[in-house]
Amino acid sequence: MASSTTLTKVHDAKRRYKPGVLKYAQMGYWDSEYEPKDTDVLALFRITPQDGVDPIEAAAAVAGESSTATWTVVWTDRLTACDTYRAKAYKVEPVPNQPGKYFCWAAYALDLFEEGSIANLTASIIGNVFSFKPLKACRLEDMRLPVAYVKTFRGPPTGIVGERERLDKFGRPLLGATVKPKLGLSGKNYGRVVYEALAGGLDFTKDDENINSQPFMHWRDRFLYCMEGVNRAVADSGEVKGHYLNITAGTMEEMVRRAEFARDLGSVIVMVDLVIGWTAIQSISNWARENDMILHMHRAGHGTYTRQKNHGISFRVIAKWLRLAGVDHLHAGTAVGKLEGDPMTVQGYYNVCRETRNMVDLPRGIFFEQDWAGIRKVLPVASGGIHAGQMHQLLELFGDDVVLQFGGGTIGHPMGIRAGAIANRVALEAMVLARNEGRDIGREGPEILRTAAAWCRPLHAALDTWGDVTFEYTSTDTSDFVPTAVAV
Amino acid sequence: MRVTQGTFSFLPDLTDRQIVAQLEYCLQQNWAVSIEFTDDPHPRNTYWDMWGPPMFDLRDAAGAMSEIKACREANPNTYVRVSAFDSTRGWETVRLSFFVQRPAEEPGFRLERVEAAGRMIRYAVRAYSLDRPAGQRYPSVEPATEPRGRRS
Repeated sequence: MASSTTLTKVHDAKRRYKPGVLKYAQMGYWDSEYEPKDTDVLALFRITPQDGVDPIEAAAAVAGESSTATWTVVWTDRLTACDTYRAKAYKVEPVPNQPGKYFCWAAYALDLFEEGSIANLTASIIGNVFSFKPLKACRLEDMRLPVAYVKTFRGPPTGIVGERERLDKFGRPLLGATVKPKLGLSGKNYGRVVYEALAGGLDFTKDDENINSQPFMHWRDRFLYCMEGVNRAVADSGEVKGHYLNITAGTMEEMVRRAEFARDLGSVIVMVDLVIGWTAIQSISNWARENDMILHMHRAGHGTYTRQKNHGISFRVIAKWLRLAGVDHLHAGTAVGKLEGDPMTVQGYYNVCRETRNMVDLPRGIFFEQDWAGIRKVLPVASGGIHAGQMHQLLELFGDDVVLQFGGGTIGHPMGIRAGAIANRVALEAMVLARNEGRDIGREGPEILRTAAAWCRPLHAALDTWGDVTFEYTSTDTSDFVPTAVAV
Repeated sequence: MRVTQGTFSFLPDLTDRQIVAQLEYCLQQNWAVSIEFTDDPHPRNTYWDMWGPPMFDLRDAAGAMSEIKACREANPNTYVRVSAFDSTRGWETVRLSFFVQRPAEEPGFRLERVEAAGRMIRYAVRAYSLDRPAGQRYPSVEPATEPRGRRS
């Protein structure tokens, strides 16, 4: 990257601190020689500078505005170890095949961040910089969180291993369904859907993101009837089952009150929405840890800032923050369902949730090696427009450690909710059995499903109803290092 | 009723040939296979009786299958499950667990409710079979030669 002398740091202190305006690069927020330390927080931004703004100066501005800088020189910098506290943009590269857009890497000293606070981390990294005028657009693509920082967080209260041991369910994806219609049912009718779906064979049912405590169903009613359904289904099957009781509420105090009622009723799991905010998430995560509760996170609202490639935050970064903040389940996309998600990009989110160490994997959008330092694993949830006919694709894309949620694909079954649940469970177990036997489920999947459908009428009916349904739209959020893929 | 714990309980009971294929899969993953049995199928009965320790050094599916057969013979008409243990860092847990025998009759569970203050209900799940003492919960179809024996 070409760089003129006006874009290098001014070393002479008298000139550097003369009142007035300097370029961010001159102030020291650009250092092409900088070697990131193991303890640095690293961030990768995708920036679109305004016409005529040098990409290096733009990168320096990003580092500046997300750390110590303001628009003009201030002498009070000299009262601090400002060379340490300044974030350093250290690399700028054009985005492949995207004229006018650049990747810029920035390094932040660990002391810039309060331990164990996502609110503090985000106030720096996405605080001012996204509104900065010299940039047309800015997107936080990825972050590397040093082990020293990771260890200041408690992470998921339960984790995949703890959850599976508590539920006594191993070797296959878990199955769930969101109760539909998501608004309007009375508590008694709502609990009926929960009971039918769980008795049919699902492991979990789920409240939707916007069911809290509305005129048609008070939250206590929902909790009481849902737990009646859960417990009856446990007795019917001999399995541990659960319903994600959404405890999202207007205040933290009310949320804890709902969580306590769920606990007192014997629920194994509660859920919150991403819109409650980072501080509330960390508080409820601590509560979940103290009360042996699995914490399900519904990523309501994320599409407003994660979907467009030019501006916002990649969901992989949100997933990293949520793993630190401490959630056990996280909706991370389906690739084949009705909602946005390029298959490899979605696999990248799953790896962020589940691996003990992420290696650099550009086709999946992973730009940094990330050591999770023993922090527990988050169980990703695939939900939205998926059905039994896609079981081979889902298992091949995501493996065993995922919750597959078939809402419409259970409740909309022509023979009823229970039949819908049976169809999904039989399809899943048949596919896992076949994969373990060494069969190529990508190729033989449809045949494996048809063979099981020959003895399982509900599966037969499910394949007849939805077998041909696909959502083939081009994704907007795709890797820049592989050709844009269409979900198949 | 049918207790549907385990990975493959919604499928017809696995044949021995199918069981061997799953054992081979477990061994390919470097998981240690273990065999357990019980006459208490409560979903929160974590500790079934072990048919010996996990077979860490057994790398042969046929050998594991013969242990399953021995366990079934010694404990007919009980639940027998195979679990595969993964000692990799970050897992250190069971990765696959499935039934290889179940009693001919499964009476199932009673759901008990105790009403408490407000509309609160305390639930308890009780296996009908547990009304009888251990050893007599699932009367043997044919008498075992060596009841509830273990691999030495």
